[in-house]
Amino acid sequence: MIEALPPGMPLVLGAALLPLVPRRARSAYLIGLPLVSFAHLRALPDDLVQELVFFGVELVPVRVDPLSLVFGWVFHLAALLAAIYGLHVRDTLQQAAGLVYAGSAIAATFAGDLISLFVAWEATAIASVFLIWGSRTERAYGSGLRYLVIQIGSGVLLLAGSALHYVDTGSLAFEQLGVTSLGTGLIFLAFGIKAAFPLLHNWLQDAYPEATVAGTVLLSAFTTKLAIYALARGFAGTPILVPIGAAMTAFPVFYAVLENDLRRVLAYSLNNQLGFMVVGVGIGTEMALNGTAAHAFAHIIYKALLFMAMGAVLFRTGTIRASDLGGLYRSMPWTAAFCLVGSASIAAFPLFSGFVAKAFVMNAAAEGFPLTFFVLLFASAGVMDHSGIKIPYFAFFAHDSGRRVAEAPWHMRIAMGIAALLCIVIGVYPAALYGLLPFPTDYVPYDTAHVVTQLQLLLFAALGFGVLMRTGVYPPEVRSVNLDFDWFYRRAAPALIGMGVRALERTRDALSSGAWRGIERAAQEASRRRVPQRLLGESWRTGTGALWAVLLLAAYLLLYYAG
Amino acid sequence: MDLDGRRFGTRVFYLLAAFCAALFLADFLYAKHPHFEVERWPGFYGLYGFAAYVGLVLAAKRLRRWLRRDEDYYGD
Repeated sequence: MIEALPPGMPLVLGAALLPLVPRRARSAYLIGLPLVSFAHLRALPDDLVQELVFFGVELVPVRVDPLSLVFGWVFHLAALLAAIYGLHVRDTLQQAAGLVYAGSAIAATFAGDLISLFVAWEATAIASVFLIWGSRTERAYGSGLRYLVIQIGSGVLLLAGSALHYVDTGSLAFEQLGVTSLGTGLIFLAFGIKAAFPLLHNWLQDAYPEATVAGTVLLSAFTTKLAIYALARGFAGTPILVPIGAAMTAFPVFYAVLENDLRRVLAYSLNNQLGFMVVGVGIGTEMALNGTAAHAFAHIIYKALLFMAMGAVLFRTGTIRASDLGGLYRSMPWTAAFCLVGSASIAAFPLFSGFVAKAFVMNAAAEGFPLTFFVLLFASAGVMDHSGIKIPYFAFFAHDSGRRVAEAPWHMRIAMGIAALLCIVIGVYPAALYGLLPFPTDYVPYDTAHVVTQLQLLLFAALGFGVLMRTGVYPPEVRSVNLDFDWFYRRAAPALIGMGVRALERTRDALSSGAWRGIERAAQEASRRRVPQRLLGESWRTGTGALWAVLLLAAYLLLYYAG
Repeated sequence: MDLDGRRFGTRVFYLLAAFCAALFLADFLYAKHPHFEVERWPGFYGLYGFAAYVGLVLAAKRLRRWLRRDEDYYGD
């Protein structure tokens, strides 16, 4: 029997009751639910393990420990920020989907067995697609379908892997697994899809920019970080994760330079950030895992902040194309300022959250992974481009687009303000974050060498931007689509399938024309031999056949009763 | 002054260049605790950041020739 409700469930139950809540009370209700859910989590013991035997299988629906807590906390924070930011939403379906999505992501974080994890994993997939479809455009519909197929596919792999793992070991416990068998390999792949590993990544850049203004903020927080948590739980110290993570940090930055849709730039940027966390999981030491958790925590806040700022721009101007924007600092000074805080945080400037969070993984990589370290350093300069410079520069400065719009609505400014404040608080007072990490740490982020080298890296990169802009070398923002891996399933696969179908059709036509001639010959032969004068030589109509069947049945019944 | 005007941009650029020069000189003033030999070079992080940034943008610009398609390429 379950004594305590799993964490996050207050949000899911709250979604079920949402239609009954009158419109006037909706805002208070939507902001109150994450607070209630957080209070519920706080009320649970810090080492609670709740077991349940279900059809003879031991399940652990709730397992509270330091690793799940740090993700649980920041997920609640993200749910609260998104609730405030999304107060303009009037669509009940979208509000409910957001609550179920956040609630099941939190529940997944506290799942102690693979089946509970699977249930919550699929719930996040199904609920979140409504945040994409909520845009109600043709494009969002197609994008959402692709997203759903891939997310559900990840869940199916997780279930299949869990079943195989159960057969192998007799256990469904979600503990350190490691890639040791086909079962654990499938689970690893399932996590890899949601964590947007290279070549499995495109659902992210495809779907997130198509979601609603408020939906993208929620999406940015949960799915991928749930996958990072799951990797840290099940596959810490798996060596292959180090090169996978390093590749993830590097390749999206090239796309981020070229991309015109600023929310898609942020999606590539998100992918690049996940790479740092994956490297941390791959290294797997206490320092590295602390780094993954710290980076995830700080990242959820500043990434939400950046998506909120770009969402506000889209909300007010109706476009998010860099080529159509610029000079918005005049109309939206608050949004511009908050965005700059987010940019400084993600670029990891001293006194901002990224600086104190990113250092763990960088240090862990420097000890024993030299190539990875220099790739991460390259990627850090890349972050400076796409999120540090490109996002604020092309939206708010660059060339005046002539657009004069209203500042973001008050609730958006409050959400962005809280997020910006948190970025600075964590940056200035890192102990607040370090106290939440899964392993105790006495790391001191502020020493001269760290501050000076980081400032050198970032400011010289910014100088590079200045030089390239002044010489006219920096590639202009243009309306375009850049081919990425999704080309293989959006263009190549349909084209190949189309070719296959046409080839099959031709074969069928060729065969059937041959076969048809055979049938015609047989029919002619039959009619030639037919003797129409006899009873059974006639070709019958259906009615005649039915009559005969009735007569036979009647005869059978009579004989039955007579006998 | 307009924050998106040319004059402001020029000033920011020179201010940035001055910061960079100061940061380069700062490298001579403190004790390093490097993991790698190259980190001992004065201004290594600055040079690496500049080279990485410029290399990244030039490479991306080159990639655009192969990757760029019309905005409605996928027909939605």
